[in-house]
Amino acid sequence: MAKKYTKEHEWLLIDGDIATVGITPHAAEQLGDVVFVELPDVGSSYEKDADMAVVESVKAASDVYAPVTGEIVEINNTIVDEPAKVNEDPAGAAWFVKLKLANAAELESLLSEEQYKELLEAL
Amino acid sequence: MRYLPLSDVDRQQMLSVVGAPNINTLFEDVPDDFLDPSLELPLHKSELDVERILGSLAKKNRAATNGPFFLGAGAYKHHVPSTVDHIIQRSEFLTAYTPYQPEIAQGTLQYLFEFQTQGAALTGMEVANASMYDGSTACAEAALMARRVTKRKKVLMSGGLHPHYAAVTRTNSELIGDTVEYNELDPSAGEDIAAQIDDETSCVIVQTPDAFGNVRDLRPIASAAREKGALLVAVVTEIMALGAIESPGEMGADIVVAEGQSIGNGLNFGGPYVGLFATRSKYVRSMPGRLCGVTEDASGERGFVLTLSTREQHIRRDKATSNICTNSGLCALAFTVHMTLLGEVGLRSLAAANHDAACKAADALTSVPGVEIINKAYFNEFTLRLPKPAAEVVETLASENIIAGVPASRLWTETPAAENLLIVAATECVTDDDIDAYTTALKKVLS
Amino acid sequence: MTMNSEGRPTRAETIATSVQPDERQTASGNRGLRIEEPLIFEKDAFARTGVDVRTVRPRKNRLGGLERNASIGLPGLSEPETMRHFVRLSHKNYAIDVGPFPLGSCTMKHNPRLNEKMARLPGFADIHPLQPESTVQGALELIDTLADWLKELTGMPAVAMSPKAGAHGELCGMMAIKAAITARGEADTRKRVLAPESAHGTNPATAAQCGFKVDAIPANEDGRVDLEALKAKLGPDVAGIMVTNPNTCGLFERDIREIADAVHEAGGYFYCDGANFNAIMAKARPGDLGVDAMHINLHKTFSTPHGGGGPGSGPTVLSEALAPFAPVPFVRRDGERFSLIETRRAAKSTDGEGQESFGRMTAFHGQMGMFVRALSYMLSHGADGLKRAAEDAVLNANYVLARLKSEMTPAFNGYCMHEALFDDRFLKDTGVETIDFAKAMIDEGYHPMTMYFPLVVHGAMLIEPTESESKAELDKFCDSLLSLARRAKAGETEMFKTAPQFAPRKRLDETAAARKPILSWKPSAPAAAAE
Repeated sequence: MAKKYTKEHEWLLIDGDIATVGITPHAAEQLGDVVFVELPDVGSSYEKDADMAVVESVKAASDVYAPVTGEIVEINNTIVDEPAKVNEDPAGAAWFVKLKLANAAELESLLSEEQYKELLEAL
Repeated sequence: MRYLPLSDVDRQQMLSVVGAPNINTLFEDVPDDFLDPSLELPLHKSELDVERILGSLAKKNRAATNGPFFLGAGAYKHHVPSTVDHIIQRSEFLTAYTPYQPEIAQGTLQYLFEFQTQGAALTGMEVANASMYDGSTACAEAALMARRVTKRKKVLMSGGLHPHYAAVTRTNSELIGDTVEYNELDPSAGEDIAAQIDDETSCVIVQTPDAFGNVRDLRPIASAAREKGALLVAVVTEIMALGAIESPGEMGADIVVAEGQSIGNGLNFGGPYVGLFATRSKYVRSMPGRLCGVTEDASGERGFVLTLSTREQHIRRDKATSNICTNSGLCALAFTVHMTLLGEVGLRSLAAANHDAACKAADALTSVPGVEIINKAYFNEFTLRLPKPAAEVVETLASENIIAGVPASRLWTETPAAENLLIVAATECVTDDDIDAYTTALKKVLS
Repeated sequence: MTMNSEGRPTRAETIATSVQPDERQTASGNRGLRIEEPLIFEKDAFARTGVDVRTVRPRKNRLGGLERNASIGLPGLSEPETMRHFVRLSHKNYAIDVGPFPLGSCTMKHNPRLNEKMARLPGFADIHPLQPESTVQGALELIDTLADWLKELTGMPAVAMSPKAGAHGELCGMMAIKAAITARGEADTRKRVLAPESAHGTNPATAAQCGFKVDAIPANEDGRVDLEALKAKLGPDVAGIMVTNPNTCGLFERDIREIADAVHEAGGYFYCDGANFNAIMAKARPGDLGVDAMHINLHKTFSTPHGGGGPGSGPTVLSEALAPFAPVPFVRRDGERFSLIETRRAAKSTDGEGQESFGRMTAFHGQMGMFVRALSYMLSHGADGLKRAAEDAVLNANYVLARLKSEMTPAFNGYCMHEALFDDRFLKDTGVETIDFAKAMIDEGYHPMTMYFPLVVHGAMLIEPTESESKAELDKFCDSLLSLARRAKAGETEMFKTAPQFAPRKRLDETAAARKPILSWKPSAPAAAAE
């Protein structure tokens, strides 16, 4: 299983043709206390970079983009019921959705862990 | 200049602290050619002079209390208890800003929370916001909200909807390319709008009591809308009616918008008024406007804050639910104070007094030969069919100091079917003498 | 994901627990004049009323079988109880009449009581919007007179009076631009609107509501629109530009003529956000500067009360190019007679603005109550007083800037217009953030300034004193802020983190409010149980 990142502070854990998607600890920290999460319906499909989910704190509302093209096969309702989980464990238990990849070639354009770390340091 | 505290000595001292030789140094970025234009405007005036000028303009208008008065159609003459105006003129309410610093704005926030609760109860809904500009803009916002919820782009409007509300909704929805259908005027509530709802309809907008005064049963429309996945937006322009008739919420509406002017607010020639906006909890994040909610402070004491503001323009910017950044706070306060005085008990008796006045007026006016009433069911407003154009009759009666009603042709212009229709409202302010005077004068005009 | 991390911090951990161990408890929960007051719903008053209504024995019922039978759930209080309830609530509010309210961009000036008296004359307050025109000639004349003042002060040929608030006026201006572009057959090509990064949030929201895409223009180092960057962004797909002038940094856009010319040359329109008109009223006219549309906040510039968040009023002046698209209704003067043009069809057949009106924005004729107040203010000031007011507003802001810059850090060099902008560099390494500084001002007896806006300045503090403050009041205010700045630097972090201590409530937990929204009182809700 490979972990990839996007410039928009999302992570993907790739397992075969399924990608688990979440937001990075840096993103969660920037948002502040998350108060609301809206997830897409299972079965819906998204183009790469389309608005897929919404995450809100008191001061900010952010769209979460589909990091790759694909179909939603599972969503994490725990974070809908308890948005605080996104602050507690953004890189693990507070994943957002699982996507079935439509185009594995898109993975090439994503960042490695190293590259993402460099990105953060440059901020 | 009585409003400006700085003296010339102050100004000189301050300029020297600032380090500017003269005041126009501070305006150095304004292109010279355009600085200090000569203006064709008078010089400052004393309070007494201003009172004379505005007083003479005010005298040229015929106030509602100065004789028989039967106007409605979206704004109603009701009695406002003296307490209301006293409270809204308190400095701490009148001269406060939007409660962005909740620790020193609990007064405003608590009454907004009370307003929201009263609004939800009256409309029969789960949540109401902290108010909108007025009923008509709330109606337009409801159509935009229905679009967000249903992701559909067709608005269907009843022929009983106030034409100004329909026009405002059309202006806003067509701007973003949506389709807007507005039924022909429907004075006798005969349309079958439930049958017009289809799979593309985002919302169906129905007013009750409608613009002709008809009390409408929303249930069949609500179930048709539900079946097709559209939202039912109920519009109430006379909120006093909700003290007598079933609320739109109880009848199955998804969004209720109302003009709240009748409670606590004067006629004011059309504004400022106060819009109510209420919906079901599940749609709250798609709702426009400010919301006040409950929380605790650092010592664990209950307090109120503006909440869910991520929907609003100052955070979401181009993705906001609406560009609105104000509500109608002081008018909402007037509403809440009046509603607090009334309570359910007072509201119900006041509503009964309104219905009674309207029934009396309708009976008297329809005794005039050639005059008939259109409505089967009404609250405090009804529509008469006259044997001649209503606008002429209204003009003639106005010259006899009787303000007889709103000619339907004022709202449905260049519509032959509207020409002889007269919309008449009778509230608790109408006396038996007023009704007699009106009836006698109408008889004379029509004979 | 998008990273919108600007704005005020609202984390729970910044709300330190701050119950002083020695704070004396009272049996009532009150603190002298600070009296706790429950909600009206918690007073067990569901069967009472404070209004005597003429009782009617319902002889007739023509409600069509739709009577409301179920209980509504509205409490009623007698007049003395109602008075006390709301007066106690009022004591928990800060207000202009209490002290300086230096909210930048909000123009919290004195609200003359003469205006209130005039607006309550029965000839204005007790007339119906649909009365026969012959019975409201004075009201129509008042609207026409106010329109003349607004046109003269802005140097613009037309004004739409009906918008209900500033944001509504902004929508009016952008709708007129959209209509003008559509009339030119360019609705499908001109889809982009330019707005500076420092713009009010309403600007992008309004543009989006009109179906435009917003493109941000960067600012240059001195806090103004970067003219070259703007020119580079102009093109045949640009509908217009939205610029606030004076801008949200409190600075006059000195290239405004060049900006207007460039936009016009590219075939676009110039929308000016008039929120800050107070700085230049009777000093400079937007019409002379090339503006096509600008809303005027009567509740800012012309002293109509803010009322705890409305009602506002946002008449919108329009250039020759946009006047034909003005919304209905408007007032026409024909000699001594005034009439109302209420429909697009009627507007087509008359001379003047609105011939190709884009439609209607509100049910009636606008905020008449606010028109009376604004005209009362204008007549009182006259051309000389308005100019003086703008000059005093700018002088007061510069005085605050000059006095505070020894301890605080101005965001930009040079003079400002009507508001002074500071950033949070002076708080660096103190552990005190802008929000803490603002909350400490509450304990000093002041309403905080606008904070974290504009977004282009880190930890922004935007102070607008207005012309209503005396020098003595400004000196006290500045002394307090200087003292706070020194205490922050001296390491008294705890005092800031636990502020406010002397307000009716300590710092409120906005996170909890948003996570579990309680938006109305319910008999079983925790809101009820908390008392």
